[in-house]
Amino acid sequence: MTMVVNPGRRDRLWRGFVIATPYLWLLFFFLIPFAIVLKISFADPLVAQPPFSDFFDWSGGATDRVLATFDNYRFLLEDKLYLVSYLKSIKIALIATLLCLLLGFPMAYAIALTPYPWRNLLLLLVILPFWTSFLLRVYAWMVMLGKQGLINHLLMSLGLIDEPLQMLYTDGAVYLGIVYTYVPFMILPLYATLEKLDLDLHEAAADLGARPRQVFRDITLPLALPGIIAGCLLVFIPALGEYVIPALLGGLDSLMIGRTLYDEFFVNRDWPLASAVAVVLLLILVLPIMLFQRLQQEPDT
Amino acid sequence: MRRSSTLLYSLLGFGYAFLYLPIIVLMVYSFNNARLATVWGGFSTRWYSALLDNSQILDAAMLSLEIALVSATAATLLGTLAALGLNRMGRYRGRTLFTGMIAAPLVMPEVITGLSLLLLFVSLQELIGWPGARGANTITIAHITFSMAYVAVIVQSRLASMDHALEEAAMDLGGRPFAVTLDITLPLILPAMAAGWLLAFTLSLDDLVISSFTAGAGASTLPMVIFSKVKLGVTPEINALATIIIGIVTVGVVIAGWTMLRQQKQLARPEAGH
Repeated sequence: MTMVVNPGRRDRLWRGFVIATPYLWLLFFFLIPFAIVLKISFADPLVAQPPFSDFFDWSGGATDRVLATFDNYRFLLEDKLYLVSYLKSIKIALIATLLCLLLGFPMAYAIALTPYPWRNLLLLLVILPFWTSFLLRVYAWMVMLGKQGLINHLLMSLGLIDEPLQMLYTDGAVYLGIVYTYVPFMILPLYATLEKLDLDLHEAAADLGARPRQVFRDITLPLALPGIIAGCLLVFIPALGEYVIPALLGGLDSLMIGRTLYDEFFVNRDWPLASAVAVVLLLILVLPIMLFQRLQQEPDT
Repeated sequence: MRRSSTLLYSLLGFGYAFLYLPIIVLMVYSFNNARLATVWGGFSTRWYSALLDNSQILDAAMLSLEIALVSATAATLLGTLAALGLNRMGRYRGRTLFTGMIAAPLVMPEVITGLSLLLLFVSLQELIGWPGARGANTITIAHITFSMAYVAVIVQSRLASMDHALEEAAMDLGGRPFAVTLDITLPLILPAMAAGWLLAFTLSLDDLVISSFTAGAGASTLPMVIFSKVKLGVTPEINALATIIIGIVTVGVVIAGWTMLRQQKQLARPEAGH
């Protein structure tokens, strides 16, 4: 190989290019936007000055409220709607995560126990929903749960009920929707840890007289813990800010915070307040997201 | 142990029924002649013809495909660079922040990503007069940003599991980093890049929330049109559309899965008795 340019310099250029290109992109389009959200949530008191004056003209009626710095946050505390939304979202996301774990763990365990040609097929069946439209899969439950949906139809023709049950547009439907769309996110990390489990340990424990329950509690569960944590975070974090599922399956009163933020922005057009809602949501999520990042980092260190 | 494994496999069966039943029901009803979901009015393809006449849906599908093609390609390039930067470039200042910026978009609630990007675009408009009218361009940038993280994770896991020996040998023999990446690393991570591209493509096609935030008044992607229709209730045309989309995806995934399985088998062949 003949060198024209100083090779050391060219290597440094290549290294710089590899690191800087995606780095700058994310800095500019991922990190800086958060700073802007933060800034707007505090609704700068110098409203009349550029560059923010135009902002607040866009947001319409909010101009009188954005004059004081902490007003958006004060409003979040004073108006019960937001507190209720946050608490309800946390409750729904927590319970749905638990339900995903209850369904996902036995599924992942069964897949890990299945011998090879079949195991790939079972895994493929878990991965397949990832690739099909999330929106359309949520919509599929509207067909199932509606007053004229399949489930009501079946129950009525079996004579179990006389008139259709209100299943769609309830909190129950929201739980169902979240578990349905997020359970693959629980199964895959669980499978990844359970697959590596040494089944000899189970036999050894059983040989030493441990009952199946003891084996599960003392051996399987602790060893599967990293997968359990990863799966729970992958479900809990996005579920907390979920918009589509409560919007399609939930009732008018199912105010999850993602939906409240969306409506604040698109219906009330109150951008500073929507930003404040986003900042508080992000604060709630900082801890789980940092935990998730640490889990992500571990494999390559 | 016997009884517990029976229980385990019944739960597995229940899980798969839960995952697939709604989709199957949706597909069956897409051929229903009646407008109401419950009443079976006989087999019909009328909703498919109605779909083909619906120019709003077709235009939105075209726009979505264009955005998905561009954003998946850009996300694959950027995501692969990010994976190399995290896995082959050693230590440098700001690496921790870099790892964070790759992991965070994977779990960030869409409403936050969408809102923050829109506020960025609006601020930029104020400051430098770009990006002008929001539409396909801003949606594409938004999609690149969240899907490059997925590509980076996929390629990174391939890089982490790869044997460094080949690259090190090439370096020892005097290969320059750029040439080694191009000639040795790239062919090995190509399948992971392809998987990343496909994932980025599907994520882009499917995205509703981030597109809604970053789209201007004029641009409507396919999920935005679908959402505005199904918000009002069950729509037979959407059943037909869903059947087509899910059908294409299933065929694609099955072919991809089958090819990968064959490759794995061929790779595994030399080590017999495995």
